[in-house]
Amino acid sequence: MPFQPVILITDALFFILTALLVVFILFARKREHISRPWKKVFKRSTGAVSLVVLSTYYSIAVLDSMHFNPRLENASTEQATYSNEILSVLDVFMTPMRTQVEKTFSAPLATHLLSKVMVPQEDGSMQQVYPRLKYGGAHLENPDQDKLVDIVLLVVRGILYAAIVWLVMWAVISFIYSRKVKLTISKSISKLFSSDQEYPVCAIAITTGIIITIVSVSMVVGSYYHLFGTDKVGQDVFYQAIKSIRTGILIGTLTTIVMLPVAITLGAMAGFFRGWVDDVIQYLYTTLNSIPGVLLIAASILLVQIYMSNNEENFNSLVERADIRLLFLCLILGITSWTGLCRLLRAETFKLREMEYIQAATAFGVTKFRILVRHVMPNFMHIVLITVALDFSGLVLAEAVLSYINIGVDPATNSWGNMINQARLEMARDPVVWWSLTAAFVFMFILVLFANLFADVVRDALDPRVAGSE
Amino acid sequence: MISYIIRRLLYAIPILIGVNIITFILFFVVNSPDHMAISQLGEKHTTPEQIEEWKRERGYHLPLLVNETETGIEKLTETIFFQKSIKLFVFDFGNSDSGRNIGYDISNRMWPSLAIAVPNLILGLLVTITLALIIAFFRATYIDYWAVVICVALMSISALFYIIGGQFVIGKLLQVVPISGYDTGLEAIKFLILPVIIGVVGGIGSGTRWYRTIFLEEINKDYVRTARSKGLSEQLVLFRHVLRNALIPILTGVVVVLPMLFMGSLLVESFFGIPGLGSYTIDAINSQDFAIVRSMVYLGSVLYIIGLILTDISYTLVDPRIRLN
Repeated sequence: MPFQPVILITDALFFILTALLVVFILFARKREHISRPWKKVFKRSTGAVSLVVLSTYYSIAVLDSMHFNPRLENASTEQATYSNEILSVLDVFMTPMRTQVEKTFSAPLATHLLSKVMVPQEDGSMQQVYPRLKYGGAHLENPDQDKLVDIVLLVVRGILYAAIVWLVMWAVISFIYSRKVKLTISKSISKLFSSDQEYPVCAIAITTGIIITIVSVSMVVGSYYHLFGTDKVGQDVFYQAIKSIRTGILIGTLTTIVMLPVAITLGAMAGFFRGWVDDVIQYLYTTLNSIPGVLLIAASILLVQIYMSNNEENFNSLVERADIRLLFLCLILGITSWTGLCRLLRAETFKLREMEYIQAATAFGVTKFRILVRHVMPNFMHIVLITVALDFSGLVLAEAVLSYINIGVDPATNSWGNMINQARLEMARDPVVWWSLTAAFVFMFILVLFANLFADVVRDALDPRVAGSE
Repeated sequence: MISYIIRRLLYAIPILIGVNIITFILFFVVNSPDHMAISQLGEKHTTPEQIEEWKRERGYHLPLLVNETETGIEKLTETIFFQKSIKLFVFDFGNSDSGRNIGYDISNRMWPSLAIAVPNLILGLLVTITLALIIAFFRATYIDYWAVVICVALMSISALFYIIGGQFVIGKLLQVVPISGYDTGLEAIKFLILPVIIGVVGGIGSGTRWYRTIFLEEINKDYVRTARSKGLSEQLVLFRHVLRNALIPILTGVVVVLPMLFMGSLLVESFFGIPGLGSYTIDAINSQDFAIVRSMVYLGSVLYIIGLILTDISYTLVDPRIRLN
């Protein structure tokens, strides 16, 4: 085997989550009452476009979660030996950007370093020059003249590739669609893109076109230049920003997964059983809620840090260490954020338990546990889904802030927060090093913006109060 | 009314005890004072005597819950739980791990925090409520639609971007105000302008959107339709009827954050070098000063609970329909 798979704990959880998502989709497809509001989400162009963008981020996170140890090129031994380095499938795709490390800062698309370096000349004297980059634009003979033309040509090439991929993709979709509606290809294409289509096909087509173009252009240009420049140690900033997607997505999703079981069980129990159960659960979440979230996170992360430095032998590699810390962060964020959902669910269960169908179930002698699971829980699921969608963007933003206070993810993990934290002091340099910050902010902004838009559409579609008034 | 307030205050006691127990468990049971000492003194070249010395200086050498070496009441008082946790109830924060009096630091650093938080809150409210009213006036038009989209976009920008960008553009490029620092008296104003502006701008997105929903909810109520059918102009309806009634949820939402203003803003204060409680907390986190973090956790919980009680009371004051029993 050319590689040896490695499954980190967060990877495993993330795959379980993805599997659950697939199961939910398959489950909902057959059931009209569950799938109807979701279809409404896809019918809104905002919902469909956000979903396309979010799934792009999600797929990058999935690719980046498939870790493995590459096999070492070692011809002398028969037995396969594997490197200790942990790579992901995404790293393989981005190999030139991952390995092409320069000496230090360089501007986006630059061919020279940002600062002058003393270089010995042919006649033996020393002179201050901007040295050429080892990789960025290294194929150019005369960068000052040829760079612009070269970049334009590369962009055109990237767009061409993108156009081919996009056309093939939509040809396949049109073909499948024509088989479904039993029309000729040309007729079904005009029907597919017509404005009276149920789903916003045009908007989806444009979004996929833009995304494919961005991916393809950045891959083509990125393998010759540093698209977003390089950072202090010469690492490609674009690569870092892409690698940070996994951290952002994991924080946003795993945290909710951690808190959901607790919030749902306690919320439903408090609302359903009332009495002392309600008192205890209310006391629990009021107490937890009254501790300022940031401080609770800070205290817990400090403790985890101390625990890890005292038990260093338990962690095999830096990556595993960073992974455990990421998991802890998700756990702690989950502990601080379940209270809001729990309160909402308690109030909703309060209302639901007075419904006639619950009384009927009680009269039929259905056990309390069964009533809770079969009759109460399915009826407040929309609140859970809306909260998950609304919380996601906040968690992604929180990661950046926490990393700034040094209580976020491990400094070795790629994350937007760490990028911002490392780059913010470089704004005081002259010339200003703005690209690390910009890259991190842009990637984070796009994810959070579309997550917010998507959450709004989901809320409008799922919330019976809003949905009913239309 | 008074009996209600007293009852609410009594309810707060078990919650504070809970907070105290949680902090005690987090800081002394999960993580023993030995660990703190090692992480402060460094792992290498640290002798057990040095650790013992470090703990004795800070009073961490005592047993956790019961001191067997003492007699009588001292059995319970000469313990970490009593010395460090029980004393928090009377706001005796003790000394920080670096030996300074925490209570004194807090009372000093409270004022810079307030100097930013109060103008920030007032200006922020004025700006966001005005914008929300304008949007509500143009509801269900393209202006409304795009205003909401812009609000969502503003919300999606990280607070760090507002701070770093604002510092860079206003402080470094335009050089209107100093980038960071603080001064006493009126001189402080020039240091406060930038953080307050950034705080207000950063809150526009979420604030405006939130108040817009409140206004729209109010606009759809029956009394508004009655007012309109009487022939009142739309402006009059909005300002006299909708705004006044929407102030109830707005006011109670503000009251709950009032006590928390003392805590200051972690980000803004540390970026602008303002010696408030926010930067105090951040410094404590970075230097791993557990005594300060513990005190701030407790103080934050107390302020939060006060906020909750004030909210309940303000409900009764502004909304005569609510009777407290």
